[in-house]
Amino acid sequence: MTEKFVGRSVPRLEDRPLLTGQGKFAADVCFRGQWTMRVVRSPIAHGTIKSIDASAALALPGVHAVWTADDVAHIPPIPFRLTGLKALEPYRQPVLASNTVRYVGEPVAVVFADDQYVAEDAADLVELDIEPLPALTDATDEAGIYEAGLTTEPSVVRKGYGDIDVAFRNAHAVVSLELSVGRHTGVPMETRGAIARYDAARDVLEMHGAAKVPHWNRDTMAKMLGRKRDSVQLYEGHVGGGFGIRGEIYPEDVLVCAAALKFKKPIKWIEDRREHLIAANHSRQQRHKIRAAIDADGLILGIDNEFFHDNGAYMRTHAATVPDLAAAMLPGPYKVPAYRAVGHIRLTNKTPCGTYRAPGRYESTFVRERLLDAIAAKVGVDTVEIRRRNLIGKTAMPYTLGLETLGTHIVYDSGDYARLLDKALAAADWPKLQTDLRARRAKGEKVGCGVAMFVEKSGLGPFDTVRVEVKATGGVEVITGVASIGQGVETVIAQICADALGVDYKTINVIHGQTDRIDKGMGAFASRVTVMCGEATRLAATKLRDKALNHAAQLMQTSADRLDIIDGDVVRIGGGPSMPLSEVARALPEGLNAEDTFESAHMVYPYGVHVAAVRVDPETGGVAIERYVMAYDIGKAVNPKLVEGQIAGGLAQGIGGALLEEFLYDDSGEPLSVTFADYLMPTAHEVPPSTILITEDAPSPLNPLGLKGAGEGGTNPVGAVIASAIDDAIGIPGAVTVLPVTPQRLKALLK
Amino acid sequence: MKPAPFIRHVPKTLDEALKVLAEVAPEDGRILAGGQSLVPIMAFRLAKPAHLVDINEVEGLDRLHSDGKTLSIGARVRHGAFHKNVVDNPLGKLLTFVGHHIAHYPIRMRGTFCGSLAHADPSSEWCLVSATLDATMIAKSARGERTIKATDYFQGIMSTALAEDELLAEVRLPLLAADAKFGFNEFSRRAGDFAMSASLVTYTVKNGKIADAHVGVGGAEPSPRRIAEAETALNGQTPGDAAFRAAAEAAASAIEPLEDHQTTGEYRRDLVRAVVRRALENSQS
Ligand SMILES: Cc1cc2nc3c(=O)[nH]c(=O)nc-3n(C[C@H](O)[C@H](O)[C@H](O)COP(=O)(O)OP(=O)(O)OC[C@H]3O[C@@H](n4cnc5c(N)ncnc54)[C@H](O)[C@@H]3O)c2cc1C
Repeated sequence: MTEKFVGRSVPRLEDRPLLTGQGKFAADVCFRGQWTMRVVRSPIAHGTIKSIDASAALALPGVHAVWTADDVAHIPPIPFRLTGLKALEPYRQPVLASNTVRYVGEPVAVVFADDQYVAEDAADLVELDIEPLPALTDATDEAGIYEAGLTTEPSVVRKGYGDIDVAFRNAHAVVSLELSVGRHTGVPMETRGAIARYDAARDVLEMHGAAKVPHWNRDTMAKMLGRKRDSVQLYEGHVGGGFGIRGEIYPEDVLVCAAALKFKKPIKWIEDRREHLIAANHSRQQRHKIRAAIDADGLILGIDNEFFHDNGAYMRTHAATVPDLAAAMLPGPYKVPAYRAVGHIRLTNKTPCGTYRAPGRYESTFVRERLLDAIAAKVGVDTVEIRRRNLIGKTAMPYTLGLETLGTHIVYDSGDYARLLDKALAAADWPKLQTDLRARRAKGEKVGCGVAMFVEKSGLGPFDTVRVEVKATGGVEVITGVASIGQGVETVIAQICADALGVDYKTINVIHGQTDRIDKGMGAFASRVTVMCGEATRLAATKLRDKALNHAAQLMQTSADRLDIIDGDVVRIGGGPSMPLSEVARALPEGLNAEDTFESAHMVYPYGVHVAAVRVDPETGGVAIERYVMAYDIGKAVNPKLVEGQIAGGLAQGIGGALLEEFLYDDSGEPLSVTFADYLMPTAHEVPPSTILITEDAPSPLNPLGLKGAGEGGTNPVGAVIASAIDDAIGIPGAVTVLPVTPQRLKALLK
Repeated sequence: MKPAPFIRHVPKTLDEALKVLAEVAPEDGRILAGGQSLVPIMAFRLAKPAHLVDINEVEGLDRLHSDGKTLSIGARVRHGAFHKNVVDNPLGKLLTFVGHHIAHYPIRMRGTFCGSLAHADPSSEWCLVSATLDATMIAKSARGERTIKATDYFQGIMSTALAEDELLAEVRLPLLAADAKFGFNEFSRRAGDFAMSASLVTYTVKNGKIADAHVGVGGAEPSPRRIAEAETALNGQTPGDAAFRAAAEAAASAIEPLEDHQTTGEYRRDLVRAVVRRALENSQS
């Protein structure tokens, strides 16, 4: 495959409709005669539903129906998509609360009305009589009663290898920390939305507004509603950001589908922002008690990682995914001869949780890198040196960690961690940076810098299937089972297909997120699309190329090895008449197409280094980021510009979790961060310019292009590196133990 | 995020506006000015006014004018008007400088000076300006007109001396002495957010000493106000770090800080100390 498009920052194919205002997001989907659905949410964090009186709402003109739990009693709770443990099943979320409400924002009823205005008026009129029960808001408190026979600790994630007790017995010293990551989440620009309609003529239930995992959701929706799989179809339009939280099955998706079936009317639900901040998945909240056994040089002998994962009120589709990843990914790029993780999954009376960009790793990288900094302080070496001493060497690759997650064994496929550290430090001009900051500190400024390293995971299988077809009318269609949450799937897949087939990437139309176009698909999560779908595309396009050449050879009365495909034309090597691919397609009764599948039992592991310099305002506790460098080795960048976009956007979200974003609750479980005035997202003012270094030193051996995913490395270590830089700025090693570092918290540290 | 039903009235004259307001005020009828505070509150259904008296087409309320002693700001004058210097006096520069700290550009192009005063958010920059400079408010209603002094006007968090049928027709700010100095500083967690504390100071220097100091603090208490203790600490002193620190300290101990789930009283005092000192510091440049 000659690389004409792969590796180049070609413009995005998806931009034209988006930049010209022609995008079609969930709220843009409208059907004639549609009803609006409005969810009535519990205002109480924990309580017993005594009664729900909808009579006043029903009396309002334009209101068609109000549903409570009884109306959906036939629908089971929402099942697990990943890491589903048996012990967690009793904690799944029902689509409407029946007896007990467990968080503020939990759906207790839904109103169906002519339009959004009437629906909201009616929702206000639904009278809830809920008797409050004591709310549990702290996952580190002693486990409580969830309901008769069930505690608020449904399960404990246990992972480990080596002899941890021996490691601590032989330790020269032990470093112990208690660290917390705050509750925050992905907040896509587009809120969730779902529009369902039932087509009686075809007996098909359609749901529009799907994202992320349309095929799994289709299968699940069909099961939950007792329908045949093919009689439910999901459609993804433009998606204004996913970040892990968008596109999972939530109660609202099921409710619109059930209502469309029942009322035979299109049902539309568009989430508003306040709903979003209390109803869509939260993430991240963990408290770790971490200990390292070290020798005299600061080499790690063992790590003992006990943590409490606050999953909110229910176990949603991700089940144990986040704590599982936090446990499995904590060792990171370092040699850790013995390891034990004990992760307490805890339920509280807060919004339920799921994954958010770099799930479990934002948390565990913060914890591990804080630990490395503490080890450095303990043995009296600098933060870079301690990392160098402990890094896994290049020659140790592939490196079997001895842990499993997401149904795979963790084997770091390739990597040269020390080399990337060197490159990142060079890009940050580290020695000069340190000298400059030291000089400014001597003059009284509180400035400092930090470094953090991490290993990411990406390219989760088990498979992706792609069908490539040359259209008889011209152009190429690539039909995939993945999804686009805005990351540039169409462009990247087209680039790979273009090179494998020999056409211009602009002539390729990439289909994604349509369950009626391809039978199976895995969707878009875990930085998997470019790796899995990219390789499946390469395989299918290569197959198609061979097929095209063979047929063209007959039509052109020559042999296939004398032909090439260039820019969509089959040409004779050395010159002579050529033939467009579409003509080959027209000559074939069955058309010109090919399908292939890429299977993979292992993930691929990109890795990165972030360097940050910050200035602390000692009077107010404010933090300004002065310099930010991100180095990320992803094996092979199909489109470097898009990778940069992923990394830069990821940084903004990382900064949110490090300094700004936090869902706070009062003791009664009342959420306090329900608008953008209270839940502070970083804006262009708060996100500093950054330097991005994409490297390709360690292509993955698990696919021929060497691809690794690039979606999460901008976010992963941001909390860790900001914490380290703040410590340095204020001259108190280990000062930061809690994220986000709010001005008030930092001011308190300075006292 | 859709407001409850309401009726919108669009009067063209002040008399008409006051008449409608008098009629609908008892039914939670409210004035709609720039809508930058009221509309979000209605969208959240925290307010469900049955009537809105939209003053955006009322003649004459867009007046912004100086008689050489005061600057009069009419009810339709938007924050954005102060992006430019509106009066040949240090006050003009002051308003431009402070105004840029309000929210973001699109909000400044809609929101009004008088709307900010009517809304009376503790952190409002214009409220701080009005309190610090001893503004006079002109309230009009079908019953007549009255003037209200700043010290009487602000009555706590989002609470003012305006009666429900009164329109804040105009705010009058006294012009500053030609050689007056001013300084402003605020702290917010993000650019454009409501300040967690803010301070505006003005003073003149007579024979090398500070005179006629006004030290205003906003965002720290239910209403912005002048802090007499800080002004005393400044008047008669040589401008400089020692006097500024003393004034900042005096302000920090004089306030009765607001506390909420994000912010302790102690931290609010820390911020007041910082913003007052910084306002004074940047008054010199
Ligand atoms: C994201 C965001 C950030 C913001 N940040 C800031 C900030 O940093 N600093 C700041 O000061 N403000 C900020 N604001 C608020 C903004 O300045 C508003 O414009 C202002 O508070 C109200 O002015 P308005 O003209 O929009 O009033 P409206 O929203 O129209 O009205 C507000 C209230 O005042 C009443 N009212 C309005 N005009 C009159 C009048 N003439 N007489 C009597 N009653 C009247 C209304 O009935 C209503 O109750 C922000 C707003 C937003 C949306």
